[in-house]
Amino acid sequence: METLKTKKEEKKKETTMRISGAEAIIHCLLAEGVDLIYGYPGGAIMPVYDELYKFQDKLTHILTRHEQGATHAAQGYARVTGKVGVAMATSGPGATNLVTGIADAQIDSTPMVCITGQVTRSLLGSDAFQETDIVGISTPVTKWNYQITRVEEIPEIMAKAFYIAKSGRPGPVLIDITKNAQFDELDFKYEKCTGVRSYKPVPEPDTAAIEKAAELINNAKKPYIVFGQGVILGKAEEELKALVEKAGIPAAWTILGLSAMDSDHPLNVGMVGMHGNYGPNILTNECDVLIAIGMRFDDRVTGNLATYAKQAKVIHFEIDPAEINKNVKADVAVLGNSKETLGMLLPLINENSHPDWVAEFEAKHQIEYDTLIKNDIYPTKEGLTMGEVIEQINEASGHKAVMVSDVGQHQMIACRYAKFKQTMSNVTSGGLGTMGFGLPAAIGAKMGAMDREVVAIIGDGGYQMTIQELGVIFQHNVPVKIVVLNNEHLGMVRQWQELFFESRYASTVMTNPDFVKIAEGYHIKSRRVVERSELKDAVEEMMASKDPYFLEVKVEKEDNVFPMIPTGASVADIRLK
Amino acid sequence: MEKQWYTISVYSENHVGLLNRISGIFLKRHINIESLNVSKSEIDGVSKFTIVVNTTEDWTRKIVGQIEKQIEVIKAYYHTDDETIYQESALFKIASHLLFDERQIQNIIKEHNSQIVTVSREFFVLAKTGRRHEIDEMHDALEPYGIMQFVRSGRIAVTKAAMPISELLEEFQEN
Repeated sequence: METLKTKKEEKKKETTMRISGAEAIIHCLLAEGVDLIYGYPGGAIMPVYDELYKFQDKLTHILTRHEQGATHAAQGYARVTGKVGVAMATSGPGATNLVTGIADAQIDSTPMVCITGQVTRSLLGSDAFQETDIVGISTPVTKWNYQITRVEEIPEIMAKAFYIAKSGRPGPVLIDITKNAQFDELDFKYEKCTGVRSYKPVPEPDTAAIEKAAELINNAKKPYIVFGQGVILGKAEEELKALVEKAGIPAAWTILGLSAMDSDHPLNVGMVGMHGNYGPNILTNECDVLIAIGMRFDDRVTGNLATYAKQAKVIHFEIDPAEINKNVKADVAVLGNSKETLGMLLPLINENSHPDWVAEFEAKHQIEYDTLIKNDIYPTKEGLTMGEVIEQINEASGHKAVMVSDVGQHQMIACRYAKFKQTMSNVTSGGLGTMGFGLPAAIGAKMGAMDREVVAIIGDGGYQMTIQELGVIFQHNVPVKIVVLNNEHLGMVRQWQELFFESRYASTVMTNPDFVKIAEGYHIKSRRVVERSELKDAVEEMMASKDPYFLEVKVEKEDNVFPMIPTGASVADIRLK
Repeated sequence: MEKQWYTISVYSENHVGLLNRISGIFLKRHINIESLNVSKSEIDGVSKFTIVVNTTEDWTRKIVGQIEKQIEVIKAYYHTDDETIYQESALFKIASHLLFDERQIQNIIKEHNSQIVTVSREFFVLAKTGRRHEIDEMHDALEPYGIMQFVRSGRIAVTKAAMPISELLEEFQEN
């Protein structure tokens, strides 16, 4: 009997260990392959931080200077690695400061797990110090959230959190853990989550729909592909390229689809949407079959829906059934993971080419080049343009860098003109348009891709929203290249004021500090460019630097971004000036 | 598109916070929930939300899609009134002396097929189950005599057609 009992106990020892909830959280993170997290400590999460201290050789915690920075850094990391980004904060204000980043990750489908401390279970609902209902607050902007109040729940819920964040259409998950659950002990055993019965992450592809799609594509005279981030999230870049080449279809991208296809591919015709390219917008209303792949027909892409691609048969490749017919009615909906569905489609596609149709894109590009692009990237006027800075970075980086942008004019210019050879290279806040995203996201992107050059393009407005994260760059010597395109305005809002509010510049003029001095205060190498003659040298110096580098470029104050589809206008009415 | 009544049936895990998640979807689109009922369903451990809205089919379909996307939601459906058998319940609290003073009240009870749930010296309680208009009619009939308290439940509904929810759950469990 005694032997049997001992044996039993030994067996128990093998599979479980008696540890605190706080330590269990660390083991859960390690089991999920997490080695880097961003966060900020505080009262209700202190037991977990105490364990982070003990496990610092296995799990690096980066102290951002604001919790919002932690979420954007986790997003930047997730976007370049495809792994789940992790952010941590305390209860109350720590938790509420995560909300912007969570909302950003939700609308841009970024896998992220946020862990927040919460007041002890017995105090819940009593308006305790630093108590907020973060589960209630984050519900509309999370893919899933949960409050752990009992230590035994930790392994299962953490496993579920990672599974939900990364499966299907990815998104943010928030796990709120009361302090008692962090202190209490459990017999810890971790099993990865492989399914949740009420959740079907990837719909089964429908062969009949794929056959119908192939038939439409094979018979199309003017087929046109618009792809989004679904191609990147589904790792379907090769399948997309194969489809484009086999059927000879011109392909345009949404802002989040950028970098999924080589910028120099002859059938990559550019960007759709409000500040997208001329041809890709106008010709949306001339194609006969519109093949949307992993994109969701955002209003910034479609302009006025009543006049969007009405002449075309629409095929929608999409993983999320709720996106089908949400904004644009699909004639054929192909549900599933884009890699799988495009893979099934390819053998059914006839080899083809559409030279006359492709020539229409080329002709439109020529018009745009002559009236706009040439002056943007090779300006002859006195003031520096944002476009020429991006072009200079293209040259210096050889199209190999990861580009992180903030939100505003510089973002549109960066996405219009940056060139990419490699996928997962464009990190920007597309759906939410979060100013302040750029600097912390660049930190996460760099730490996720240390072997790559990471260039952050930021405006003077957004830069000052999260400028405190320079502290992280300095403390950890994160070698990101920061380019602030300073026009001393909130440029995009100013542009709208000029065009639609009779140039009444309400609160868009900024008197800025000396950004170079601020960077120097953080001991970051820095340089300011005010003359065109210095630009090339400065960009080359920046790109050659092994250390973090800050470059401020004083650009023309009142330049506008064109082309532009005014709000509510049709894609066909895109303005070149 | 024309607005009409839709009954949305949501089968879900029994999870704290899911009601908040679901109601938020209606909130975002400014759609008023006309009635809401949460109960257990025909399947062990699975909850059923019955939600009534007055809107277009297009919006109902989009909402149902967004509800179904929630992790703990197993399946959601929507149906028109013609496609469902539906009922509501109501309770009327009325002063007891009226039962003797106003002969007509006894006729109302009989005509509307309602039941007396309890009688005390001070008040008696009538229960009525039926379509909303039937409850409204009974309410209108009783109102002149004075109603001390009135409450009506949310709609509960079953569909005329089969809901293949059990098979779906089995399928999930197999996978």
